[in-house]
Amino acid sequence: MAEPMGFFTDTTVCIGCKACEVACKEWNQLPAANGGVRTLSGDSYDNTRHLDGIHWRHVKFIEQFSADRREGRWLLMSDVCKHCVRAGCLEVCPTGAIIRTEFDTVVIQSDACNGCRDCIGACPFGVIGINPASGTAQKCTLCYDRMKVGLEPACAKACPTESINFGTIADLKKMAQARVGRLQGAGERRAYLYGTDEAMLGGLNSFYLLVDKPEVYGLPPDPKIPSRNLKSSSVWSVLGAVAIVLTSLVNFRNRGSRDA
Amino acid sequence: MPSTFFTASPQWRWFIVAYFFFGGLAGGSYFLATLMDLFGKGRDRRLTQLGYLIAFPLVGLCGLVLTVDLGRPERFWHMLIESETFRPIIKTYSPMSLGAWALLCFGGCAFLSFVAVLAERGWLVWPLLRHLSPPAFVGRLVTVIGALLGFYVAGYTGVLLAVTNRPIWADTTLLGLTFLISAASTSAALLILLGSWGNVSSDSIDALERFDASVLVLEAAAIAALIGSLGRIALVWLSGWGVLLAMMVLGGIVLPLYMRWRARGPRWALRPVLILLGGLILRAVIVLSSDRIT
Repeated sequence: MAEPMGFFTDTTVCIGCKACEVACKEWNQLPAANGGVRTLSGDSYDNTRHLDGIHWRHVKFIEQFSADRREGRWLLMSDVCKHCVRAGCLEVCPTGAIIRTEFDTVVIQSDACNGCRDCIGACPFGVIGINPASGTAQKCTLCYDRMKVGLEPACAKACPTESINFGTIADLKKMAQARVGRLQGAGERRAYLYGTDEAMLGGLNSFYLLVDKPEVYGLPPDPKIPSRNLKSSSVWSVLGAVAIVLTSLVNFRNRGSRDA
Repeated sequence: MPSTFFTASPQWRWFIVAYFFFGGLAGGSYFLATLMDLFGKGRDRRLTQLGYLIAFPLVGLCGLVLTVDLGRPERFWHMLIESETFRPIIKTYSPMSLGAWALLCFGGCAFLSFVAVLAERGWLVWPLLRHLSPPAFVGRLVTVIGALLGFYVAGYTGVLLAVTNRPIWADTTLLGLTFLISAASTSAALLILLGSWGNVSSDSIDALERFDASVLVLEAAAIAALIGSLGRIALVWLSGWGVLLAMMVLGGIVLPLYMRWRARGPRWALRPVLILLGGLILRAVIVLSSDRIT
């Protein structure tokens, strides 16, 4: 198996140019709009709105301004599939369409997916959606086809500020920790890494440098694996079945003196 | 904000609500028929037959709505067979994978019991079919396995919702329990409704009504526990969905219990219909209210 590969996205140098979104759509031949519908979101400069089956990269525009707008800042973040080491989508997929590649990334095989959408609800980050053109669930593949021939993913290639960095997870973590150290040394005490801790779904193969709480960026503070509920839900259901059997025993067997 | 509020909706809508409802009725009718067969009296046979007769068409309907709901319906078989190698695929930690197999196997048992009843009633003439009816060993085996699978089909849908990351669904572990108990109450209601029109012993109907009343009390307790287990997240039901859920509890549980206690109203229609509507609304609220969040 090749070394685990992924993205390190440094949100502090993102300028919101959306070159990553365009490069992703161009390389992966994703439609520009859903069924020809183009509407403005009214939310800053963001009309992509969220990741889904035809948006595998999404640049978020977060405006933090005081009421009189004298003080404020922009937070920009290019979001993508996290390629979790413990991936909820892969866990629940009933068809085997979702696989882990030799690069430790998570890929949906469109020809095997039947569009049941279980993976969409299982993803802790809301990354996956149905591509109406194929009727199947789709998301970032980390440009598996490019990686197979030694190329970097289209978004990382297009990023003009090196906000999106591609490489081995080990190298990216070193780079990210050094960057956090530099930022903190320069007075940006809020800088930290999101997704490098293995307690978070075994670690995210696409992790971020953030300067505010995860919720501000639309990221869950405590993402979890869906199967955490499997055992206890099953035990409660079995107890329910036992209660039904006992209730039937009492009501079907005891009928006074009438028999036969 | 809880982490489940950062996820995307799988857009499971009315087809899935219908599947959860009909799946509960199919599994519930079958396991109730088997429980009545095991613990009941000889005169309950007509009601038992009715349970087996309705389970099979319902499970067929389940397969149909599930297939139609897929993004690629022609690939429904990918749930069971790996499309590249053509080997069976089963993932024990994926409720949907196990559920697909359970539905298939349950459908097989429901079919065998269905034809056995047709033979018992003389609508199918083939002597070998006698072995498929209890107390014959094969018949008993089929119905017990089918009942276990029926319990699974009726309850796994709640577990399926819990094994996601969606608001409400993944914030409690009591959905499987609630759906299972609701499947028992709605199936008993359906059997009472249909049995009252057919040639079923009134003593059998009485026993089923007593059972249903007990199960309705359990269902009310399960819904209260479900809301309690959600904690602050249950506040999202301070909306039209909460009103609908309250109407379900009042109209689909409290009112039928009151009518039974006061022996009011025509027993053969209104009470079972209210219980059935309550079961449908319960599933609609749980499936659709989560869909409306984020």
